[in-house]
Amino acid sequence: MTTSVRREPTFVGMPPFPEAAHAELANDVQRANLRAATHTIRAKRDAVVAEVPDWELLRRAGEAIKDDVLAGLPGYLERLEVAVRAAGGVVHWARDAAEANTIVVAIARAKGVDEVVKVKSMATEEIELNNALARAGIHAWETDLAQLIVQLGEDLPSHILVPAIHRNRAEIREIFVREMGRFGRPAPERLSDEPGALAAAARRHLREKFLRAKVAVSGGNFAIADTGTVCVVESEGNGRMCLTLPETLITVLGVEKLLPTWSDLEVFLQLLPRSATGERMNPYTSMWTGVTPGDGPQEFHLILLDNGRSDVLADPVGRQALRCIRCSACLNVCPVYERTGGHAYGSVYPGPIGAILTPQLRGIAAHRVDAQTASLPFASSLCGACFDACPVRIDIPEVLVHLRAQLVDGERGPRDRAEEVGMKAVRWAFEKPWRIGFAQHVAGVGGRFARHGVIGRVPLPKRFTGPVSAWFADRDAPAPPAESFRSWYKRTDGGQEE
Amino acid sequence: MERYEANREARTVILDRLRTALDDRPKPPPVRRAYRRERPAGLDVVGRFAERVADYEATVLRVYDAQDLLSAASDLLREAGVSRLAVPTGSRLAWLTRLGVELVVDSPPLDNDALGEIDAVATGCALAIAETGTIVLDTGPDQGRRALTLLPDYHLCVVRADQVVGTVPEAVARLNPRRPQTWISGPSATSDIELERVEGVHGPRTLHVLLTG
Ligand code: SF4
Repeated sequence: MTTSVRREPTFVGMPPFPEAAHAELANDVQRANLRAATHTIRAKRDAVVAEVPDWELLRRAGEAIKDDVLAGLPGYLERLEVAVRAAGGVVHWARDAAEANTIVVAIARAKGVDEVVKVKSMATEEIELNNALARAGIHAWETDLAQLIVQLGEDLPSHILVPAIHRNRAEIREIFVREMGRFGRPAPERLSDEPGALAAAARRHLREKFLRAKVAVSGGNFAIADTGTVCVVESEGNGRMCLTLPETLITVLGVEKLLPTWSDLEVFLQLLPRSATGERMNPYTSMWTGVTPGDGPQEFHLILLDNGRSDVLADPVGRQALRCIRCSACLNVCPVYERTGGHAYGSVYPGPIGAILTPQLRGIAAHRVDAQTASLPFASSLCGACFDACPVRIDIPEVLVHLRAQLVDGERGPRDRAEEVGMKAVRWAFEKPWRIGFAQHVAGVGGRFARHGVIGRVPLPKRFTGPVSAWFADRDAPAPPAESFRSWYKRTDGGQEE
Repeated sequence: MERYEANREARTVILDRLRTALDDRPKPPPVRRAYRRERPAGLDVVGRFAERVADYEATVLRVYDAQDLLSAASDLLREAGVSRLAVPTGSRLAWLTRLGVELVVDSPPLDNDALGEIDAVATGCALAIAETGTIVLDTGPDQGRRALTLLPDYHLCVVRADQVVGTVPEAVARLNPRRPQTWISGPSATSDIELERVEGVHGPRTLHVLLTG
């Protein structure tokens, strides 16, 4: 199979998960913010999911629709291309990040602009578009409030949906006061740290940029193969601004974001908002098909991005990660994420989904990966909460175990290190009672495994002994008695003594 | 065009890679659409819609006749301090002229700066969804283009009772994907700062809904 060099070299110089996790754990502010945040969203999500009697049927439909898309992806992409063109849009294809960036830069240059406004998008972060634009002398203004906070603070996002979740109001106020004036309209002198005042400062700061911008860049939540319609789901209205006001719109879309038909949205517009922000519906959803004379951008470019996705698709077990609709529900329920935060994952995709998607995008199935990447599949206690929360039923524990086996089997990483450091990461997150406070939450690794029926499926290379085999052996046993992760960990000294 | 050529090559390579990746010919099970597509029997959709919109901290008033409509609209606009009101072209919102505010018709289309200076906008809608408290605009007759309901800080939306459907699937089935759509569920909001909800970031900070009939 074709393997090009298409790394995802985001967060350059990031230490492997455990080291990063260790450092992040030392950050009290972040830990407190994260805990409050994930618990709040979780409670909201649970409440709005509980009021939908057919939630499980929707999840199954969501899973099946996405599996159908993946199984027929080449054909669906061709259909999308035809539909977008018929509606007056231009379709581009990008094998990797560099190609996608080149296309965006070329369009911006052709328009003669030195700035673009941006809607938060994982795909454009993955390809590090802002850096590419900066190198071409083009400013990319992030317009999502959290992204603005991250950008002004010269920081890294730490959560898919609320990227500045690691900052509290006092820190945000300080960033606004210090930085806004350097890039446009300054924050008012006596800015308070009350969230309403901070949001108002962002509104004023960004309004002039929206009104001035000639080119906008977005991602997309869904694209409909049949009709060419693209859908962006958001809360603040910055998305609407970018999608409506500029003359030219560029949308960067991962190839897996397709849905076959318009009516498939009836499933995903129920699953996504409730799973993501715990709302019945997010404040704004925009949908457009090509260009509409007299309304919105009169030039529309759609960039279809591979960047490793075809490699993910090639793995029959791992490909389910491409069903992901980036709702971040799995982050919010993950006990490891709650303790380490998003930065520790060293990728734009943090949390459980990052632990399975990033290594695959970086080609773990095909070749050796670096220590940081190799440690990601171990950044989990395999408690299974992520699977239960996932609106498209991605069996994250199954994929994690599969990737661990790949690492071990194919010597795809500095395995000893990966294994050891991975375990240490989890230990750091869990070992101290004061860090845990929820020991029972992660109860019964074995029990959870048995429930998912994963036990017998862990392919165990015979030749391995020591820590690696211990890690798997514990799981290969016939349904071990339910034991909390912590006690298992303690008893075996992190799997060293089993 | 050179870029176009390079693009063709990328297209071929990507499609090839994807086809190769699917060499095992996965056969996903058929999609079962066993979930609810229609509203629950006996649901008062209009009442439910009003309730759910109110949950988003948007004001919703139910009016039963033309007289009611006029007085409710003028009360709302007065309270909001609106003096200039943008409206889409067409005659269906002509009754607004009786409210004593200055109407600015979006014809010829106002430029963005001018639109941003106007306090408020009034529109109808394409349909509304009870279960989620959502209003859908599709740039139809009494709705105008998308920017019209985006730049002013206040949005008054008139929803007829017969436009309210029960569920998201009912709405999707009635909408035309060729029309640009904006689904609105409450005023714009952010929870980006310590997850504390702030109403009104970039879109209209106030959404008032008049439910007629
Ligand atoms: S893996 Fe599932 S739960 Fe996690 S972000 Fe993706 S869709 Fe949401």
